[in-house]
Amino acid sequence: MNEATRVRLPIRLWAAVAALLLIAPTLMVVPLSFTSKRSFSLQLEGWSLQWYEKFFTDPQWLGALGTSLVIGVIVGVSATLLGTLAAYGLKSLRARVSGPLQVMMMLPILIPGIVAAIAIFGMYLRWNLSGSSLGLILAHITLALPFVLIPVSTAMRGLDDTLTRAASVLGARPMARFLQVELPILLPGIATGFIFAFVTSLDEVVVAYFLQSPTLRTLPVQMYSSVTRETDPSIAAASTLLLVLSTLIILIPRLVQVVNERRAAKQGDVE
Amino acid sequence: MISGAELRLSELVKRYGGASAVDRINLDVASGEFLTLLGPSGSGKTTTLSMIAGFTEPSAGRVVCDGQEITSVPPHKRGLGMVFQNYSLFPHLTVRENVEFPLRQRGVAKAKRSEQALQALELVELRERANAKPGQLSGGQQQRVALARALVFEPRLLLMDEPFGALDRALRERLQIELRRLHKELGITVVFVTHDQEEALTLSDRIAVFNEGRIEQVGTPAELYERPETLFVARFIGESNSLQGQVTEERFQSEGGVSIPAPGAVDGPSVAIIRPERLRVLNTRVEAEECALHGRVRDVTFLGAQLRIEIDTPDGIMIVRTGTENPAPQSGDAVQLSWLPGAAAIFPHRKDARETSSSWTETLAPSTSSSQS
Repeated sequence: MNEATRVRLPIRLWAAVAALLLIAPTLMVVPLSFTSKRSFSLQLEGWSLQWYEKFFTDPQWLGALGTSLVIGVIVGVSATLLGTLAAYGLKSLRARVSGPLQVMMMLPILIPGIVAAIAIFGMYLRWNLSGSSLGLILAHITLALPFVLIPVSTAMRGLDDTLTRAASVLGARPMARFLQVELPILLPGIATGFIFAFVTSLDEVVVAYFLQSPTLRTLPVQMYSSVTRETDPSIAAASTLLLVLSTLIILIPRLVQVVNERRAAKQGDVE
Repeated sequence: MISGAELRLSELVKRYGGASAVDRINLDVASGEFLTLLGPSGSGKTTTLSMIAGFTEPSAGRVVCDGQEITSVPPHKRGLGMVFQNYSLFPHLTVRENVEFPLRQRGVAKAKRSEQALQALELVELRERANAKPGQLSGGQQQRVALARALVFEPRLLLMDEPFGALDRALRERLQIELRRLHKELGITVVFVTHDQEEALTLSDRIAVFNEGRIEQVGTPAELYERPETLFVARFIGESNSLQGQVTEERFQSEGGVSIPAPGAVDGPSVAIIRPERLRVLNTRVEAEECALHGRVRDVTFLGAQLRIEIDTPDGIMIVRTGTENPAPQSGDAVQLSWLPGAAAIFPHRKDARETSSSWTETLAPSTSSSQS
């Protein structure tokens, strides 16, 4: 055993313990969702898929899932577009101007969700936006913007100016430069931004709770209302589904990367 | 064989705020010529190259290529090849796709551009790495790919911005030889930027020496070395010894007391420059000649074919390069230095110009040689 592995082993163990502590409470909902009893008890007596059946047949649950997905996609796409443009804009500004601007766009992360929710709710009442999907989408875009700005700005820092210059002197027009050089290099950052924006909207509960109406109820809001009114394990089924969905989405870029690397390695072997 | 482009820069100026980065440059580059812009950092050579490429808009003056004015033409319409110091390969494309890039911009059909790219890669002996990503190559290989990419569309003018600056010495020398071969084979015009005078001497047909936004002198490497026109050029090109002093009535009197005939020199504070290989070391018993300086050997370095001797004199440390056939003096020996009257070049000491006394210490012999001190 060499020096490196001797040091690495305790670190790995430590990482595993930390990961378990972080994940374990969340994973508790998975067995709960398969219980045959009509209560939130961990004393499992039998297995059943009834709560999943209820989830997928109850129009309230299903409607909430649909609303969440639609709003999540719209927020993801809009926030990604705006965040990428913002990152471009910030890059071309002088540091004295771009610094404060960047901090301003980061504020949604720093401000407590409940404070933001009350402020937004107050403004929306005046603007007649409360209870409308447009209102919720706009609010979620604001909250998701920092999560796009961070990875795209980081990717942009890796985009060397001389690459653009090289493309230009080698004959690429401005549009070709953007499509063939800048966009592919920024793409991983942009994709990360989209995923975080989508998941932010999917998970957000406080603002969505304030802005809800009988026709506008996202999945987290539906879960929250359900847990305050009844202790029905359908919420565990909903949680499990949300958990699986979020995890899959976050893992997609990593999977794509692994597949690409495998393919590249294979090509390298053939040569 | 391509016929290289002719390039003419006339009265080219670039001002940033009030300061001139480039101040009225005039330069003609002949078809097929290898011309180097040489100077310390901040001397305006890179700004000049950037104006040729079209990245920087000149404040005044014209850039003319083959009789066509291109001063305000955007870079992508100039049709130039260019190689950058940091390689600038597109990291998301394979080596072959990188080389195909300029062809793709020119609408070359897929099969044809693949074939041409492979040919260009063959030119730089990297055809077998065509499907690798740039990140999998060494620095030297990456720069060869960048060269293939700059040459694949057969441009008539190639710009190179310190292309070997980031490479180690051995690799740099190999790539310099390769570049010379390619330049001869292709007949392309090359404008090369470097701050390394040795590299400039090795590669160039002619060198334009830049200092503070102006060209001090343009000439072949031999002309610049043998007949520098200014003190700056004398110090920047090659290794040199300088004696501070005063010219009165066509005679240079150094601070250490040596007197050198200086026909045609203007009276006033002056500097005499003598190349290390023009100095001879004599023992003190020999009759003192007219141009001679007494001193004591400080250090002797064996460089293979040459000895490099440092001598303490009243005029400061003098460096001598001499063949190894004569018995070498030892450290601490008292000696005299002598030279032929024509070996010293006398320049008026310019107070306005930035002193570049460090320019020759940079070029001292490699420190890896064994020292006998």
